Amino acid sequence: MGLLSDPNRRRALISLLTRLNSPICVVCYMAGVAWFMGLAFEPFTLRTYMSENAMGSTMVEERFPAGERALTTGREFSAHKKKAGGMPVDWLVKTMQARGLEVFTQRFSRKLPFPDENKERYMVKGTNVYGILRAPRAPRTEALVLSAPCTPGDSNNQAVGLLLGLAQYFRNQIYWAKDIIFLVNEHDLIGMQAWLEGYHHTNTTGMDWSPLQGRGGSIQAALSLELSSDVITSMDLVLEGLNGQLPNLDLANLFYAFCQKIGVLCTIQGKLQRNDWDSVSGYSHSVQTMMLMVMKQASGRPWGDHGLFLRYHIEAASIKGINSFRQYKTDVTTIGRLLEGMYRKLNNLLERLHQSYFFYLMPSLSHFVSIGYYMPAFGLLAVILLLRALDLWVQLVSSPGVLSVLTPLVISHLTGVALYTLPIQFQEMAVEQFPVSETEAVVLTAIGYNVFLFIYIGWRVLKLVAVLYLAVLLGCTALINFSLGFILALTLVPVAAFVTPHVPKVLSAFILVILSPACTLLFSVFFFQELQELPVSFQEGWLLYLSVISQGILDHFLYGSLVYPLIALLVYPCWLLFWNILFWK
Amino acid sequence: PSLYLGSISFIIGLSSPGNPKDDFQEELVIRPLHSGDIYASFQFRTVWETDFMRGNKVSHYRLFPKSLGQVISKFSVRELHISFTQGYWRTMQWGQPFQPSPPGAELWVWFQDSVTDVDGTWKELTNVLSGIFCASLNFIDSTNTVQPSASFKPLGIGNETDHRFLRYATLPREIVCTENLTPWKKLLPCGSKAGLAVLLKSEKLFHSSFHSQAVHIRPVCQDWQCKTTSWELRQTLNVVFDLHNSAQGKREWSLFKMFSRTLTEACPLASSSKIYIDITDNPQGEQFEVSPATPLLSQAVVLGDRRTFSVYDLTQQITFGTVRSLNLLIRWKSSEGDMLRPLLHAERYVAGYGLQTGEIHTLMYNNHPYRSFPVLLLDSVPWYLRLYIHTLTVTSKGKDNKPSYIHYQPSKDRLRPHLLEMLVQLPPNSVTEVTVQFERALLKWTEYTPDPNHGFYVGSSVISSLVPSIVAMDTNSTRERPLFSSFFPCKEESSYFVRVYTEPLLVNLPTPDFSMPYNVICLTCTVVAVGYGSLYNLLTRSFQIEEPSPGLAKRIANIIRKMRGVPPL
Repeated sequence: MGLLSDPNRRRALISLLTRLNSPICVVCYMAGVAWFMGLAFEPFTLRTYMSENAMGSTMVEERFPAGERALTTGREFSAHKKKAGGMPVDWLVKTMQARGLEVFTQRFSRKLPFPDENKERYMVKGTNVYGILRAPRAPRTEALVLSAPCTPGDSNNQAVGLLLGLAQYFRNQIYWAKDIIFLVNEHDLIGMQAWLEGYHHTNTTGMDWSPLQGRGGSIQAALSLELSSDVITSMDLVLEGLNGQLPNLDLANLFYAFCQKIGVLCTIQGKLQRNDWDSVSGYSHSVQTMMLMVMKQASGRPWGDHGLFLRYHIEAASIKGINSFRQYKTDVTTIGRLLEGMYRKLNNLLERLHQSYFFYLMPSLSHFVSIGYYMPAFGLLAVILLLRALDLWVQLVSSPGVLSVLTPLVISHLTGVALYTLPIQFQEMAVEQFPVSETEAVVLTAIGYNVFLFIYIGWRVLKLVAVLYLAVLLGCTALINFSLGFILALTLVPVAAFVTPHVPKVLSAFILVILSPACTLLFSVFFFQELQELPVSFQEGWLLYLSVISQGILDHFLYGSLVYPLIALLVYPCWLLFWNILFWK
Repeated sequence: PSLYLGSISFIIGLSSPGNPKDDFQEELVIRPLHSGDIYASFQFRTVWETDFMRGNKVSHYRLFPKSLGQVISKFSVRELHISFTQGYWRTMQWGQPFQPSPPGAELWVWFQDSVTDVDGTWKELTNVLSGIFCASLNFIDSTNTVQPSASFKPLGIGNETDHRFLRYATLPREIVCTENLTPWKKLLPCGSKAGLAVLLKSEKLFHSSFHSQAVHIRPVCQDWQCKTTSWELRQTLNVVFDLHNSAQGKREWSLFKMFSRTLTEACPLASSSKIYIDITDNPQGEQFEVSPATPLLSQAVVLGDRRTFSVYDLTQQITFGTVRSLNLLIRWKSSEGDMLRPLLHAERYVAGYGLQTGEIHTLMYNNHPYRSFPVLLLDSVPWYLRLYIHTLTVTSKGKDNKPSYIHYQPSKDRLRPHLLEMLVQLPPNSVTEVTVQFERALLKWTEYTPDPNHGFYVGSSVISSLVPSIVAMDTNSTRERPLFSSFFPCKEESSYFVRVYTEPLLVNLPTPDFSMPYNVICLTCTVVAVGYGSLYNLLTRSFQIEEPSPGLAKRIANIIRKMRGVPPL
């Protein structure tokens, strides 16, 4: 800092920074991207390890024997589900009671803001059924949750069967220290949201639910099980929750440790682990795995039923059984033993899971990148904005009138507010005018704005404000949801850095549109499909893009996801400011 | 020679006319529960016609344990109730227990009005009891002790109800195990050598769904005229065995299966020794079958209901039959039932999320179809949950329910807990919800427990009530009755006393990351020193361009020029 106190050296430093501003920015951008790509390189990452002593050192023997019976129960469940045309509430209540659980039900209903075309629902009514296995000699202060969604059609019957099988087996064990709640939730996330809100007696999203009758104290951890076939080849772990929240890394470690112990193939993001990290294909494999995690996290939506638990400070993950055409098969008994082992270790917990990381990326199940390693990648991008701001500050001769930038700021934010409110307000009107489906109507109203602002102030002041605004915005976003912050920085930072009124208008406008948040999302959709090895044509991609936007809006209104308001109310106005700078007169 | 001496002292004990009378009774009640579980309740009662007070130095003890007698006289205790419980009584499945108790340890004591320094005596007493029962009662201090104004009236005789002499404390986190059972058994006249106490084997008692042991000391009347008082020591032990866990699929119970022992004799010192089996739900033997059968039947009014019991008198040789050993066997015939609807039950939970605020919800259910009755709710909340008492709401059936009596004592940080007592009328067939919001305090870093992420406990709420009775209750407290039905004194025929405890709460407080103090210290020091320091420096210092000082020749030249009146160089 002596450097800055000395006026001569300060002047030299500033002149260096202004003279070499553009090259430094380019270097920083390259370095940021390179750093990020380096995160997936195995020698640069850490191996996962169990931090929680209560789960690490204790030995657990798995003895769950009743996989076949669980499958039979699953088939029974399927038959009753078909007969009832939805959740077979009475049958589930009776079956759980027969297994010695305290059984309760919860009814809920929710009217969506607009029809959800992916799942074909608008007015949702359902019932959750849950049974509590009371731990002997425990005072109902702590609980664990095992949930399985009751989905329409033929999927997930085995999960419910296994859940009931485990309930029966667990009931006969003496060692439980925490109550175990077996939950079968209807209408996947909506049911889960109703149950969690009922359990914690909160109402964040305006859903109607009947109050819960039985509780088990504070929930320590939860697993959501999805299983649709009698034998599986691998188990997939899903971690990404609402708003990009992740469970404690120890939960992932626990899953990995037991998969290793029992000998079940385990994947994350549907990708198997590879040992050839030094080959190009091995490296690109882990890049793909990590990029999938980044994309999923950035979307801010819950990627499984576990995703809603995280708001309540409950560590949760979804476990999905995958059946592909591989030779290696695992039966339900083995999965039961896997879950038994995990629950026994969670039962041993003395404190909530808190020892390990909450902020991490996983290029494979056995390796992770902690926040200390990935933040510099974002920092290198963010520093570009600060450098540009410094440059502009030095170029400003007179002290800027702050009031003069108020008008464009207010106008662009009003557009943001319009973008946030109008899609829901005017979706019915749009349907009357255009013969398009309702979902598309929502989307078209959402992206139909392109406001040109012509206000005469010094563009440098406006740009200075806009650049600093973007820096703060991205910085805060990256702290909460690194992936979202990083993806936005990747596209918005070049725009923010190089847009001036003196660059070629048409080309720049084109670039600006290409790098706008909406187009970023469009590219992300294609990129995501590519990563999942399910490439789509442009037509399909466009439809997918529209449904992703409507899903994002629904996630906001149903579960309180913050990505849509963030983009509409803050990121989009910020982008508008840059558009404004480009068309300066 | 020891036999000889013993017999002499025995003869002296019997024959000396001035010696006060004492009496010991033991009793075991077995109740097959609705859920298929089985509830066993032991009661041991020692009554001693003596006076510990007024400087009367009692030194000769026979049946009454000396350690407790000394406690009574040293600390001028009028009534003492202590319970250790592992597990939570499931009212919805098991109905009401004979002696309710909250999870963890509970202690409440009435002192004589001669005690001047009640708090000091209480502190000493808890430490002494901590030693006697091998429990962490020494953790009872002013931060978890309250003086309830109405909920805990004396159960023995005496009209003194000035709550300045009452102290009540719970330790919801207390774990109960063998080390608490052993000193408890040692207080019995026969120890665990003979009588019903031989069944108390810890490996079986702690292989159960619920375990609770208690000691109650109180003065009682000797006869219905109540001219003289005697001291009663009741030791109770309640245990619920789990059908699923221990029966291995077979739906049958026996004393041997429950306790891994059978009975061969009564305690020789006991004046009565009986086993009661509740057969009210089973008049024709359609639910379960008991063997060996007994012709003795007894009826008792307990918890507002007339119950029928098979009685096995252990003082009669015939009870043990030809094999000289009694192994009661209960065999179920029908399958288990649904949940019960007890007239009064309660539950409690913490609502909300995040680590800043929250809301405590207490739900009280009155399942009586047409009678409403009042309940006294006692809540003692630690100071680190800062209750916003203005947010207190009581609602029944969607309407505001105004409590007719509220006693609230606000907490003082690090000194005393919140105390909230309310008298609420529960309408028939309704749920009454009491909610109060709170804020979670940030503790000082030494105040956290070694496992801060486990959470902090809030003790159970206590709900005391006079519940309308179906049958006329027996108001004569001195008549000979089974022990289990004579614990709570009954003042009127139309209602009976019930105490219900809610579950304790586990609340997470904002917790710093203790695992990395070194990192935190390093980071904060660096940030303060480098970042803040230099920024502060830059902001407060004013910068000026310093002129190089002129040379000597130039200075001289300037002086000359000044004298000449010419501007300097």
